[in-house]
Amino acid sequence: MSLTQHHGGWVITLSFLLALALSIVPLPGLMEMLRPEWVTLVLIYWCMALPNRVSVGIGWLLGLVLDVLRDTLIGQYALALALVAFLTLHLHQRIRVFPLWQQALSIFVLTMLQNLIVLWIKGLTGHSPDFWSILPSAFTTMLVWPLIYLLLRQVRRAYHVV
Amino acid sequence: MRLLLLAALSITLMTLDQRTDYVRNIRSGIAVLVYPIQYLVSLPADFFDWTADAFASRETLQVNNEELQRENQALRSQLQKLTFIEAENRHLRELLQSSKRVGEKVLIAELLAVDLDPFSKVVVINKGDRDDLLYRGQPIVDARGVMGKLIHVNPYSSTAMLITDPNHAMPVQVLRNGLRAVAVGHGQDGLLEIPNLPNNADIKVGDLLVTSGLGCVFPAGYPAARVTEVTTNPALPFARIRAEPIAWLDRSREVLLVWPAVSDLPQMANPCKFEVEEVP
Repeated sequence: MSLTQHHGGWVITLSFLLALALSIVPLPGLMEMLRPEWVTLVLIYWCMALPNRVSVGIGWLLGLVLDVLRDTLIGQYALALALVAFLTLHLHQRIRVFPLWQQALSIFVLTMLQNLIVLWIKGLTGHSPDFWSILPSAFTTMLVWPLIYLLLRQVRRAYHVV
Repeated sequence: MRLLLLAALSITLMTLDQRTDYVRNIRSGIAVLVYPIQYLVSLPADFFDWTADAFASRETLQVNNEELQRENQALRSQLQKLTFIEAENRHLRELLQSSKRVGEKVLIAELLAVDLDPFSKVVVINKGDRDDLLYRGQPIVDARGVMGKLIHVNPYSSTAMLITDPNHAMPVQVLRNGLRAVAVGHGQDGLLEIPNLPNNADIKVGDLLVTSGLGCVFPAGYPAARVTEVTTNPALPFARIRAEPIAWLDRSREVLLVWPAVSDLPQMANPCKFEVEEVP
């Protein structure tokens, strides 16, 4: 119902596409475990910055695409990302005013939540990975957050995405 | 409210995907949409391969060529014997009045250089059911041995589970004495486990494990793994046996899709059914 015009939808789409591409770029051996959850990062940023544009549904759709891209059970990442989007939308006013390091901590919690859901679903449907194997990626996601935040904020301001 | 709806929808989708085949079309549809992403991500690796080929010096090419010719001759001489053995085998089979072997059909596909789910061992190949009659469960091999089997066939690409995936198990037998076993993946590169073999089983380090053809997925006789460790502990009911896949699971770029010849499968009361109709 807002009277303001929406701008720069293509910037949001492009950032999601880039995040999806980054999440399947081949990494050697154990580095794979350290891959930040790019899609989660970008989703959280847009949920926080433009809560009126990015909804739980978009998080869910993005998760569906990620499911096919990674060839996991359909609905697994969809559920996890919908939940992440939901929580971020609920807390966006609080997270926005946090200093960067506190934001990063919240990102850690959200990513861990996502990884835990994925781990549980994997455990329910077949072989369960080791619990400790989900920690490294949550950790690197937290470390990358300030970078993504500053970068996407620059992009958002440069292209007047509202 | 919307979250609850979507969560319920996800859970429904997951259940359907796990238990049935209904969501296959959804997956195929999205897979077509994301194939460009996978293709683009894989491009740099292809480009490096291409430049390596394009700028190889004359000398390297000559050396390569010589090597290949030598290898070709060696293989040809082995093949001479093979044709003879094949003929003999066919003859013996005719004498036994068992069904005759039909040749297996193969198709070369390329792996896309992308990383999928970090918790499983899955690869993408650049062939789908758009151009060829691929089917779910189809075995893939490389030049050395068995690699895995297709789990999802999409229009332009397919995904295959490698034999090292923790959810993968493959019936094998020891080439030396025909001892049957199951090789289970462990989620780590280059490691298979052979569970449930008793401590006194006749299996040694260095034994070659080939596919046994039971289970109706892999045709019999493909090299699968080599035993690397046999630990017997009298306190435990079973021996701890580990093996290493023969195929270069993390290095092969080109793979072969195999259409098993139906008559290669063991004769059983309840013969295996294949989705593939004709084997030309």
